[in-house]
Amino acid sequence: MFEKKYDALIIGGGAAGLSCAYAISKNNFKIAIIEREERLGGILNQCIHNGFGLHYFKEELTGPEFASRFINLIKNKENIDVFLNTTVVNIKINGEEKILSCYSKKHGVLNLKAKAVILAMGCRERNRGNIGTPGTRPSGIFTAGLAQRLVNIDGYIPGEEVVIVGSGDIGLIMSRRLTWVGCKVKAVIEIQPYPSGLTRNIVQCLNDFNIPLYLSHVISKINGKDRINSVDVTPLENGKYLEDKSFNIKCDTLLLSVGLIPENELSRKCGVQINPDTNGPYVDAYQMTNVDGIFACGNVLHVHDLVDYVAQEGIKTGESVAEYLKGNLKDRKQFPVYASSNIRYVCPNKFDPSFDNKFYMRSMIVKNGATLEVKLNGKTIKTFKFAHVQPSEMISVNITREDILKEINDYVLEENKIEFRLE
Amino acid sequence: MEKEIVCISCPMGCRLKVSYPEDKSDLNSEDILITGNKCQRGIVYGTEEILAPKRVVTATCKILSKIQNRIPVKTDKPIEKKYIDLLLKKLYSLELNPPLYEGQKMLENFENSGVNVIITMSLEE
Repeated sequence: MFEKKYDALIIGGGAAGLSCAYAISKNNFKIAIIEREERLGGILNQCIHNGFGLHYFKEELTGPEFASRFINLIKNKENIDVFLNTTVVNIKINGEEKILSCYSKKHGVLNLKAKAVILAMGCRERNRGNIGTPGTRPSGIFTAGLAQRLVNIDGYIPGEEVVIVGSGDIGLIMSRRLTWVGCKVKAVIEIQPYPSGLTRNIVQCLNDFNIPLYLSHVISKINGKDRINSVDVTPLENGKYLEDKSFNIKCDTLLLSVGLIPENELSRKCGVQINPDTNGPYVDAYQMTNVDGIFACGNVLHVHDLVDYVAQEGIKTGESVAEYLKGNLKDRKQFPVYASSNIRYVCPNKFDPSFDNKFYMRSMIVKNGATLEVKLNGKTIKTFKFAHVQPSEMISVNITREDILKEINDYVLEENKIEFRLE
Repeated sequence: MEKEIVCISCPMGCRLKVSYPEDKSDLNSEDILITGNKCQRGIVYGTEEILAPKRVVTATCKILSKIQNRIPVKTDKPIEKKYIDLLLKKLYSLELNPPLYEGQKMLENFENSGVNVIITMSLEE
């Protein structure tokens, strides 16, 4: 059997895995990226639209271009191996050593070993089962990302007359994409009273083509025997179905863009604790899970709206992994971090006051002119103002070492805690 | 005339207030007044949106490759909306052969619009 030993193994060659690999490789450790598909880049390869990289590279790139920036940084490096067409099926923990069981066409079954493992598997799409839509079970119902792959990589068009459920960015981008390949997109249906995608995407993907957006509406029934032929749409008022105002839209294709779930089957199996608020692992200030030597970054940890944030998180994770491999993470003191009023979750879940920490969080409210308060042991140490917050837009803030140290000198005390509140 | 438009130059999405004379027949950029923009790009976008709206077009072309059936492409700058249908038709009629490289020009100065179309993914075989 093929066996090889590394310092670190990265599961997943998308934005998170690539950026993490780049950061670790700068420290000359021997690493490998394990990728299920036949090329690196992950989901970026099928996101052919532009708008990526405005934060990280300060220019507007398409998905494949964003991916290639990172691929070029790690290409031909002697200390990085890439296993393509390779699937990881199990992570075994054997003291300090982790053993990944994988299979590939080239090697058959293979075992890869390392001291550190980085989970960077990304996420999956929620599907019809997750939103519980009644009706028949015909063909013609796709998740938006699957349809995106079919159109952009495989070259198949899923249907002619399309209804899209969910106004997240993937649903909006697919509205334009399908219109541009000759489909008729008849409506986008959104359960919330506000669109969940970016306003610029509403403008350039819906308004440009006069595609109607029904807010506070749901698909109440799917009709059709072999192939979907129409959907019933019902307005909502304060959570109640207004059934007498239901109407029918004829279509042969339904796309679901109804959210993403981190893909953590492998993580769960090897004992990684999952946060029910994010569906991703709990991680500390170094992006390490509860299992020593297993780290997580990107959409496997929590679903990000921007790939730029994923790349930042991947780089930070790679830097932490390098410190871990050098033995520098032992006996570091960390505080717990909590999401308080109006914050659904905060990530990471711990804070190390010996360096600057970046936190990502999600609002539970829609509000103009919101204030984010950072509290240390109940006392406000920093506030951030936001022109607008909403659940679909991730908030990212930096808390510096000085912010903490001006409040407490003796930060070895373990009773300290940090809390985020949004008003 | 007054109009509110959302700037699409970046994810910020500034709400621009655009005012311009009723008669659009010989309108030029000095006649268009824009407020509500947080950066210079808002002025450019707002002005263009009244005079001649433009969009970046991303699409795919057929490719004869062992790895995938389509290759992604984009316009190297925003193209006037009136050219978009024609451009898509042209792109869908082409059949490309690898190797192809990111940044490679595949259509030059499309219909004298001053816009080129470039490949956005390298594919060796």
